[in-house]
Amino acid sequence: MSGGREAVLARVRAALGPAAEVPPVPRAYREAGALGARSDSAPADLFCERVADYRATVSRVSAEELPGALRAACEQREAQRVAVPAQAPPWTVDGVELVRDDPPLSPRQLDELDGVLSGCALAIAETGTIVLDGVGACGRRALTLVPDYHLCVVRSVDIVPSVPDCVAALAQVAAEGRPITFISGPSATVDIELVRVEGVHGPRTLDVFVVDS
Amino acid sequence: MRRNVGKATDTIRARRAARVAEVPDWEALRDAGAAIKARAMASLPEQLERLEAAVTRAGGQVHWARDADECNAIVGAIAGEHGAREVIKVKSLATDEIGLNDALAAQGVEAIETDLAELINQLGHDTSSHILVPAIHRNRAEIKLLFEHTIARGQDLGWEITAIAEAARRHLREKFLSVPVATSGANFAVAETGTIGVVESEGNGRMCLTLPRVLITVMGIEKVLPEWRDLEVFLQLLPRSATGERMNPYTSLWTGVRAGDGPQEFHLVLLDNGRTDVLADEVGRQALHCIRCSACLNSCPVYSRVGGHAYESVYPGPIGAILTPQLRGLEHAPTLPWASSLCGACYEVCPVKIDIPSVLLHLRARVVREYKSRRSPEALAMEAVGRVFGSQRRYEQAQKLARLGRGPIVTAALPGWSAMRGLPEVPEQTFREWWRSRPPRAAGGGAAQ
Repeated sequence: MSGGREAVLARVRAALGPAAEVPPVPRAYREAGALGARSDSAPADLFCERVADYRATVSRVSAEELPGALRAACEQREAQRVAVPAQAPPWTVDGVELVRDDPPLSPRQLDELDGVLSGCALAIAETGTIVLDGVGACGRRALTLVPDYHLCVVRSVDIVPSVPDCVAALAQVAAEGRPITFISGPSATVDIELVRVEGVHGPRTLDVFVVDS
Repeated sequence: MRRNVGKATDTIRARRAARVAEVPDWEALRDAGAAIKARAMASLPEQLERLEAAVTRAGGQVHWARDADECNAIVGAIAGEHGAREVIKVKSLATDEIGLNDALAAQGVEAIETDLAELINQLGHDTSSHILVPAIHRNRAEIKLLFEHTIARGQDLGWEITAIAEAARRHLREKFLSVPVATSGANFAVAETGTIGVVESEGNGRMCLTLPRVLITVMGIEKVLPEWRDLEVFLQLLPRSATGERMNPYTSLWTGVRAGDGPQEFHLVLLDNGRTDVLADEVGRQALHCIRCSACLNSCPVYSRVGGHAYESVYPGPIGAILTPQLRGLEHAPTLPWASSLCGACYEVCPVKIDIPSVLLHLRARVVREYKSRRSPEALAMEAVGRVFGSQRRYEQAQKLARLGRGPIVTAALPGWSAMRGLPEVPEQTFREWWRSRPPRAAGGGAAQ
């Protein structure tokens, strides 16, 4: 299709004319770093508030409280078999079988599980967004997509204040070609009468656990 | 239809306003968004070549398509190579624009729409009426009945929207797990890194972008962003302008192919299809900055009354009124630049500050300048009206004639015009006739009150 390539580029050049002026970009908005340091506890408070706005459940726990909180959530959702990423930390949840994605589970196997437990790479306070980057505790993309129930562990130190903070922190991930997924609440649609309904194709239930360190 | 659309645009307008108001640097973000797009367009050859190189480096394959036919042929050939009988589809305006579904059907491949609203339109043999919520002209009762006659035959879904959504989930899950080829559009493509982005709500996008072996993304050449950091602007502008959310539920960003994660074959098709014609117009080219948020539709007094179908394009509303005539050629949609009251609401809400009213005026001038001499039906009609209105006698005769043509005759005589518009009834009696037939009143009776 090289004919198409040269033809399109030639058309673009002809349309722009000989001396297209390339304007500068004014960045007077709040850039990365504008909203304070990461160690601040305020982003975690805001993150919890914003996640709850999406009708996800959010609990704030200490590292010691996490296993109990995960067990209680799985009990409440009646989740008995839950997938975890191949490189997940050594989580344990009493009474729940954690199915490691190693060797990789097929989409059909994932579809038969009751849920998935993952970590995240980053989270954005201002928008209540969880960011997965395809490695470590995030796992590959299908893992956190096919099961109907997603339990996500967020370390409070990984919460950044704003979208620009997050995009700046992900520059290396993008350069390495790793897939990135932003998750803001459970799957939803407003397609019918603009009423937001939780749950179409992605996980219909999202439980978030913010672990203070 | 008018009630469904009017209610929808009211709701979404209020939601957007609230979410925009909580961002203190919104105007600075708009300025940056507008400048990034202007910069990308001014350096488009360079950006497209950078994008191609980065995608190729990451294991993707890049194709270039001059027009709809070439694009459809490329997608069809890839689907054919893999022996696909079905492809699953993420909602994409670019693929609607080129008529991809029909082109694939012609070679025996069924394109399955997976977005809830697109599925509703596909099952109902209907077309989109809104960029973001394409089935907004239908209410839940209509959709419930449609599903009960198609994908949920024999079931009673009840009146809850969750049950209707559940029916779509059950219907499509098997397709997601089994169909080997998917197609998508793109909201952004970053030239620097070769990263493509799709923004969505339901998770059908993630399914299509993750589970099939082969992914084909069709993208208009104007979607390219020069730098990775440009995303920090658009990931704030788009969700708040579109659905009035701080962030949409899911955003997928992928770069070429990743071993063991997602599709193992990735094709990116860069589509012109009239975009370079738009770029050649120095005033009109800003229409290419559009990020398809639909805030201009929701704020438009004309759109909220006539709905999306009246624009006869996959791009309705104010942005459609400036984009469609430029993409297709002014001669193919010469009246669209007049489908506006020039109130300016669209410009106020546009996240990338496209000056739609100015472009409308510019295009009106172009239509008059370039096509005025043609004896178009409309010009002839206007000339005739001018003659009739120029004389009292001819005017009154015409009114009598119009009365004879009341009802179905008028509708039948103007099929192109009346297909999507109601015509007012011609009254039994004209004002002049009523005035003359009035009983005489005492002098000075009316004027002083």
